[in-house]
Amino acid sequence: MTKLFSIRRWMQLFGDFDQFLAGMRTTLIVALLGLLIALALGILFGVLSSVKIKILPWIARIYVEFFQNTPLVVQVFFYSFGLPFIGVRIPDLMVGILGVGLYHGAYIAEVVRSGIEAVPKGQVEAAESQGFGHIQVMGYIVLPQTLKITLPPLTNQAMNLVKNTSVLAMIAGMDIMYYAKSWAGNNGFFYQGYLSAGLLYFILCFPLTKLTAWLEQKAKQVPSQKKINNGMEADV
Amino acid sequence: MNEIFTKSNVLFMLDGLRLTLFISVFTIILSIIAGTLLAVIRNYGKGPLLPLVKIVGAYIEFFRCTPNILWIFFFRFIIPGNVLTKEILAFTLFTSAVMAEIIRGGLNGIPHGQFEAALSQGFNFPQMLRYIILPQTYKKIIPSVLSQMITVIKDTAYLKAVDIAELSRNTDIVMGRAVTAGEIMSLFAFLAATYFIICFILSVAVRTYQKRISV
Repeated sequence: MTKLFSIRRWMQLFGDFDQFLAGMRTTLIVALLGLLIALALGILFGVLSSVKIKILPWIARIYVEFFQNTPLVVQVFFYSFGLPFIGVRIPDLMVGILGVGLYHGAYIAEVVRSGIEAVPKGQVEAAESQGFGHIQVMGYIVLPQTLKITLPPLTNQAMNLVKNTSVLAMIAGMDIMYYAKSWAGNNGFFYQGYLSAGLLYFILCFPLTKLTAWLEQKAKQVPSQKKINNGMEADV
Repeated sequence: MNEIFTKSNVLFMLDGLRLTLFISVFTIILSIIAGTLLAVIRNYGKGPLLPLVKIVGAYIEFFRCTPNILWIFFFRFIIPGNVLTKEILAFTLFTSAVMAEIIRGGLNGIPHGQFEAALSQGFNFPQMLRYIILPQTYKKIIPSVLSQMITVIKDTAYLKAVDIAELSRNTDIVMGRAVTAGEIMSLFAFLAATYFIICFILSVAVRTYQKRISV
């Protein structure tokens, strides 16, 4: 406990805090770009799994099952350590972005798929009867309606993605966790190093869990009837 | 190419798998126990228990918002004692935060009439939980618990960073003996396939169970 409350150690932490901030920068870059890739892949494969051409849902299925059922650590380790053996070298930052992007893309694909399945079939049929093509049906009719039920699990995925960027520490990827571990190890100040890393992750993730809870609450509410102002009152 | 899959190497890796499964099962069991306690306090605590409710809430939020690897390192370097015990404890610590929320979700799904009926029959609060509410809750949350099991099994791969002889770490060591790219690739395939088979079977079980409940 004296180690935990040692003022000298905490002062040293504040002195070296720029290291943690550098880690924070990497974590944020990896999280944001990873989220973009995950969203793109998730929407693509989520839509593919609801397409009628039989082979496409199968491809989506294989992608989802493979990436959901193998550890992120193994995937990331494969990109950084395995791929160079067959002549493919990816920089660490890119390994992180691709790693969390591909991994969470599989989860987001499932979120998008279940969102699409929740939209009543009549909607699609109505749109098709009005001459909408498949892509138009998705873009204008189905996907916008899925937003309400897919947003809470999506923000939850974003939170998990931020946490999972810490996998970079396993391959010396210069993220928060990596700097915390090396700073704590070099000085022997483990409490200070790990607790501040925990705090930084908490600052990033806690707002996302609050957002998720708020969106869940919103999605449960029955929408209040909107006042339609069609100019009638002015006439009367 | 398959020279790397000698009997001793394969047995060594499967030994790792055994430890992976041992850690996962142990973690899940401990987390269900701890999670039940946390969930009951967070859901039904009142009066003098209110400060405890706040602490439990903070605990759950804090552990849900920090990465597992942080606690794996924290326990490895700060807490004295046997590494395996410490790491199972670390896993239990963050898994029970998630488990508490799963159980709380299950508790909130039990119809109010069940509570009233139990109380009207003269059950006191612990008896009501033990005989009426928790059995129904556990049955409901089986799919979520199995999903969490998949997460825990996958997360045990982090333990290679603290040199626990689980599947990933043992496969790493075998990779160190590999010479050709083909051997490395087939070891990665073996590693991924092993995790995949276990997690995929569990995920099929989750889906089957969910269908059975929703029908």
